[in-house]
Amino acid sequence: MRTTNPKISEEKSETIVSSTKSIKLRIKRSNPEVNSEERFDDFIVPIEKWTTVLDALLDAKSHLDHSIGIRYSCRQASCGSCGMKINGKPSLACFTKISDLDSDTITVEPMDNFPIVRDLAVNFTRMFNNHKKVMPYVIRDDSEITSDSGVKETLQTPEDVEKYIQFSSCIKCGLCNSACPTMAMDTSFIGPQALAQAYRYIADNRDEGKKNRLKVIDESHGIWRCHAAGSCSQVCPKGVDPAMGIQMLRSYLLGIRD
Amino acid sequence: MLMRESIVMKIHYGTALGAVFLTVIHIMMRMTQDFHESLEYENVLANYEMIGYAILLELLLILISVHGFNGLRVILLEIRQGATYEKGVTYGCIAAMAILIAYGTRTILMANMGMV
Amino acid sequence: MEKDHKAKEGIKGWINPAKYGKFGIERFAWILMRITGLGLLAYFIGHIYETSNILSGEAAWNSMLELTQTTEGHIFLALVIGMCVFHTGNGIRLMLVQMGYGLGKPARPDYPYKPQSLNMKGKACIYATIGIAALAMWYGVTVMFG
Repeated sequence: MRTTNPKISEEKSETIVSSTKSIKLRIKRSNPEVNSEERFDDFIVPIEKWTTVLDALLDAKSHLDHSIGIRYSCRQASCGSCGMKINGKPSLACFTKISDLDSDTITVEPMDNFPIVRDLAVNFTRMFNNHKKVMPYVIRDDSEITSDSGVKETLQTPEDVEKYIQFSSCIKCGLCNSACPTMAMDTSFIGPQALAQAYRYIADNRDEGKKNRLKVIDESHGIWRCHAAGSCSQVCPKGVDPAMGIQMLRSYLLGIRD
Repeated sequence: MLMRESIVMKIHYGTALGAVFLTVIHIMMRMTQDFHESLEYENVLANYEMIGYAILLELLLILISVHGFNGLRVILLEIRQGATYEKGVTYGCIAAMAILIAYGTRTILMANMGMV
Repeated sequence: MEKDHKAKEGIKGWINPAKYGKFGIERFAWILMRITGLGLLAYFIGHIYETSNILSGEAAWNSMLELTQTTEGHIFLALVIGMCVFHTGNGIRLMLVQMGYGLGKPARPDYPYKPQSLNMKGKACIYATIGIAALAMWYGVTVMFG
């Protein structure tokens, strides 16, 4: 005679599988293509200890209001798509846990200093144009592959790489530009993202374009409108520390470094 | 553009360092006597009549005017942008700098030469 | 589509006090540098005008002193001393930082991605500058009020 497993038949139906905690998610809504109206919509969203702001936003979008405009992609702080202002501080939604915010009301707004497309999605054209101004690629005379040169590597030591690798972590999320106090007023300012990338290439010993890049940033709305407030480094989710790059870049223009 | 921004900022930093040094001397002059006594008419005039001190004051006037009005120019350029506005701010600050230096120099020169 | 010139936070980005809780002391030092700079420029212009009274004779000089050597005048001057000391101290710190000193060395970033440039050295310098400015104000008050 076979005996049944008593453990399975004893499983109770009231076993708890999820927490009952909820938070209020306040989302700033606007649609500049329709009108200039701005409002906050509130949503009550259930959360777990591991819920990120992006999870909560997508929960609200899936179950409560499909029209919420939001940009996201990788969900792992690699693509830089989900930058927004969370409780007043520019952050990546996928990289911010609600439990870390210590608040029952999470206010989510589009990043400052970017034109709004809709709700939480902003336009990156200006930031990308500024980025292109600093020629964000290695410039050297022998970079073309020809039939004579063939494919070759430009070797670097680990020490050479260490000088710029930090600044190459930039995911172009725009949080630094959003936090920068100069960008709050100066629409011509090139921005901490572009300046940090200018340093990334100047510090790369494969690059020979230092003079041209320094000429681009040495103007009245270039590097000199940075005043080392440090907010860019405070919000950077990848440890790029743009403030460090900008001050080191400045030392070239001041003649301290060659 | 009148001159490259890096040159302007080097002047800004240079004038700052010079002004700090000279301001310390200027304030220490007030402490060679009792503070209230040092502000009396005769004592102040005696300071102006010392050629070395008059040169110090003139240098201080120029350094602080340049540094101060360049700082104001930077703040105004950040508040608003546009070619006409920026030109106006730059020339306006240079003019204000020149007027203040001229007015202060008049005081120093006339006091030093005893034309009071 | 939103015009580019509207795509800025505006003056709120400078003066909203809530910002200074979210960002570090470095941002507070930045706005204080602006405020003290403008204050000192205004004082400087007033000082040049005030001292020009020496050319108008003793009576004019004394009547100018009556205006400035008052309790309010002394308190104002104490504020000027504080502004001057802070602006100088923070200015020297900024010059060193902008020449590349005290920033730390670039390194491969790792979680939690704390920025090296916003280190304790820099923060300590800012707090020290504020402290020295307060001390200077106190000293100025003791001298002026005898």
